[in-house]
Amino acid sequence: MTIWLDADSRILVQGMTGSEGTKHTRRMVASGAQVVAGVTPGKGGQEVDGIPIFGDVREAMVATGANVSVVFVPPRFAKAAVEEAVDSEIPLCVVITEGIPVHDTAQFFQYAVNAGSTRIIGPNCPGIISPGVSNAGIIPADITGPGPIGLVSKSGTLTYQMMYELNDIGFSTCVGIGGDPIIGTTHIDCLAAFEADPATEAIVMIGEIGGDAEERAAAFIADNVTKPVVGYVAGFTAPEGKTMGHAGAIVSGSSGTAAAKKEALEAVGVRVGQTPSETARLMRTLLRG
Amino acid sequence: MDLYEYQAKHLFDSHGVPVTAGEVCATPDAAHEAARKIGSAVVVKAQVKTGGRGKAGGVKLAATPDDAQARAQDILGLDIKGHVVRRVLVTEATDIAEEYYVSFLLDRANRAFLAMASVEGGVDIEEVAATRPEALALVRIDAIDGVDESVAASIVDRAGFPTHIREQVISVLVDLWQVLVKEDATLVEVNPLVLSADGRVLALDGKVTLDDNANYRHASHADLVDRDGTDPIELRAKEFDLNYVKLDGEVGIIGNGAGLVMSTLDVVAYAGEEFGGVRPANFLDIGGGASAEVMSNGLDIVLNDPDVRAVFVNVFGGITSCDAVANGIVQAVGALAERGTPVTKPIVCRIDGNNAVEGRRILTEFDHPLVEMVETMDDAARRVAQLAGGAA
Repeated sequence: MTIWLDADSRILVQGMTGSEGTKHTRRMVASGAQVVAGVTPGKGGQEVDGIPIFGDVREAMVATGANVSVVFVPPRFAKAAVEEAVDSEIPLCVVITEGIPVHDTAQFFQYAVNAGSTRIIGPNCPGIISPGVSNAGIIPADITGPGPIGLVSKSGTLTYQMMYELNDIGFSTCVGIGGDPIIGTTHIDCLAAFEADPATEAIVMIGEIGGDAEERAAAFIADNVTKPVVGYVAGFTAPEGKTMGHAGAIVSGSSGTAAAKKEALEAVGVRVGQTPSETARLMRTLLRG
Repeated sequence: MDLYEYQAKHLFDSHGVPVTAGEVCATPDAAHEAARKIGSAVVVKAQVKTGGRGKAGGVKLAATPDDAQARAQDILGLDIKGHVVRRVLVTEATDIAEEYYVSFLLDRANRAFLAMASVEGGVDIEEVAATRPEALALVRIDAIDGVDESVAASIVDRAGFPTHIREQVISVLVDLWQVLVKEDATLVEVNPLVLSADGRVLALDGKVTLDDNANYRHASHADLVDRDGTDPIELRAKEFDLNYVKLDGEVGIIGNGAGLVMSTLDVVAYAGEEFGGVRPANFLDIGGGASAEVMSNGLDIVLNDPDVRAVFVNVFGGITSCDAVANGIVQAVGALAERGTPVTKPIVCRIDGNNAVEGRRILTEFDHPLVEMVETMDDAARRVAQLAGGAA
C-alpha cells in the first residue's frame, strides 16, 4: 500500500507540450507510471510520444479515466489550470510549477477547499512517488525502491538525498510538499495518511525554516501518530529576514527558527538528526533495532 | 521585497489610503526645500528597513525649513541597527489625538489572509499580542471573498474603534486591502493609523512586503528595488539570475536545491566550530539543472567574494546526472582561467546520487591541485571548514 498514488493512478499532465512537461512526462513514463493524457488548451488532438493531448481536463478525464493531474504550466497560467482541474473534480492535483504569486495560490487553494473534491500537492514541489508503483512529478525514480518508510519534505533535493541514504530499505511513498508559504498538502496531511497506511512502518519528516508547520506537525504527532517518526530541519544558521531560496523559507522575528522546530519535535518524542546523514542513521537504527 | 516607508505610503496614496503630504530627500538642502513647500511644521524621518527608528534618533520634529535642514543633516548617515540612513522622509507634522493599528497579512498557518486591528497603536504590536491579546482583533480573510465594506465593518467592530470614526476606518481598510491585492503584497501594515486633532484618519507610517513571484505583472515594482541597501555581490548574482544570499562567514557554498543548500550551511557551521568558528559566506542555489554555465557563474560569484577562503560545492544528482555536474565544474574552472581570473582558493566537491561514480572519475582525472573530492556531505563539510580555518 501507499498513500494517494497507487497502481491504479492514471496521470494526466497539464502543460505536457511545454519543454518541462514533455521532458518529465518521458521520465514518468520511463519509471513505469501510467501517463494517459496531456492537456494543453488549443492543442487538443495532438500527441506527445503517442500520448493523446486534450484541450481541457474534463475531456481528458472522460476519455482516459485519468485521476491524477500533474501541472507544469508556467506561473502566469497556473491558477487557471489548477482551477480547471478542480472544476473537473480530479481527486489529486500535483502542482510542480515554481514561482506562482502567493495570492494566486491562496485563491486556487481556497477554490479547491470550497469545491471539496480535489487534493492539491504543491505548488513549487517535486511531486509524489510511490516507488515501483507510480510517480507523479519530477522525483527521480531510480534512487530507491519500495519499502516501509514514508517520507514528507518541503525540499526537493533533501527528499532525493534522504531517499538515497535509505535506498537499501526503501519507501512506501515520498511526498515533496513544496517550500512556498501556502501549500495544498501539509506535513500533517501526510503524517495522517502515513499513520493510516498499513505498508508504512516509520516516517521521515523533513522541514525547514519559516512558518510554524513543523510545530503544528509536532502537536499532531503527539495526539495522532503511533508510528515512529524521525525528523530533520534545515536552516539552523539562516539569518533573520533573509529568504533562503524557497519563498516560504524566512525567519522573521522570533518565529520560524530551526531551533524552535527541532525543540517542538523532540518534545513529542521525534528524534531529530543534526545532518541528513545522521537523520538517516536514526531511521536505520530505529527500523533495524 | 520589503519597502521603505516612503514607498509604502506612495502605494497607499495611489489606492486611496489617506497619508500626509511628504517628500523623500537624500540631502539636507532637499529637506529644506521639501519643508518649505509643505509650509508647516514637519517630521524628518530616517528611511531604513528596521524598527526602533525613533529611539535611535532617526525621527525628529522640525518647526521651520532651516530646522528641517539641520535635522536631516543629523539623521542622514546615522547607523540604525546596521542600516545606514541614505534618505529621509520630510512629511507634514500631524497633531495626533489617537493612535491605532491595522494590518493585512498572509496567514500561512490558515492558508488564507489575516486582518489585525487594535485601538492601541503606535506601540510594538507583537508586545500587545503577547501581553494583552484581547486588545488585538484577529479576523480571518477568505482569499476569494476578500475585504468589502461589510468585512471591514466586522474588523472595525471587533477591534472596538469609536463610532464617530467607524466609517473612516472602514474606508481605510477597504482601500488597504486593495493595496494588498492589487500590488501583490504579503503584508500591509499601518502603525500608527491616527486620528488627527482635526478629525482625519491618516496612515502615519507604513510597512509593505511585496511578493517577488508576482513581479512579472508589476513592471513598476522594478523601480522599488533598493540598490543602495543591497549587497554588491547579491546585485551581481541577481544579474546572473542566481539565487544568492550574502552571509558573514568564510566558506563559500554552492549547491542545488534550496533545502540542500540550507542544510549545507548548517553542516558547515557545525564543522566550523572545530576550526576557529568558520562559517558559511553565502547561500547559493544553482537549481536543479546545474549546467556548466550556471556552475561557472556561481563559482565566479563565490570565488570573487573577498571573505571566501574555501568553497564547498555540494550537489546531489537527482534529475541531473553527476557526470554533467562534474563536467560543469571542470568547464567552470577552465572558463575562469580563460577569463583571466583563475581559481586561487581550494574547492571541495561532494557529488552524490545519479551517476556519481562517473562524476567522481571525471574530477579525479581532472586532477586540479585546488579541486578535491570528498565522498560524504559531513566529511566534505569538515574538510572545507579545515581549509577555511587553516588559511586564517
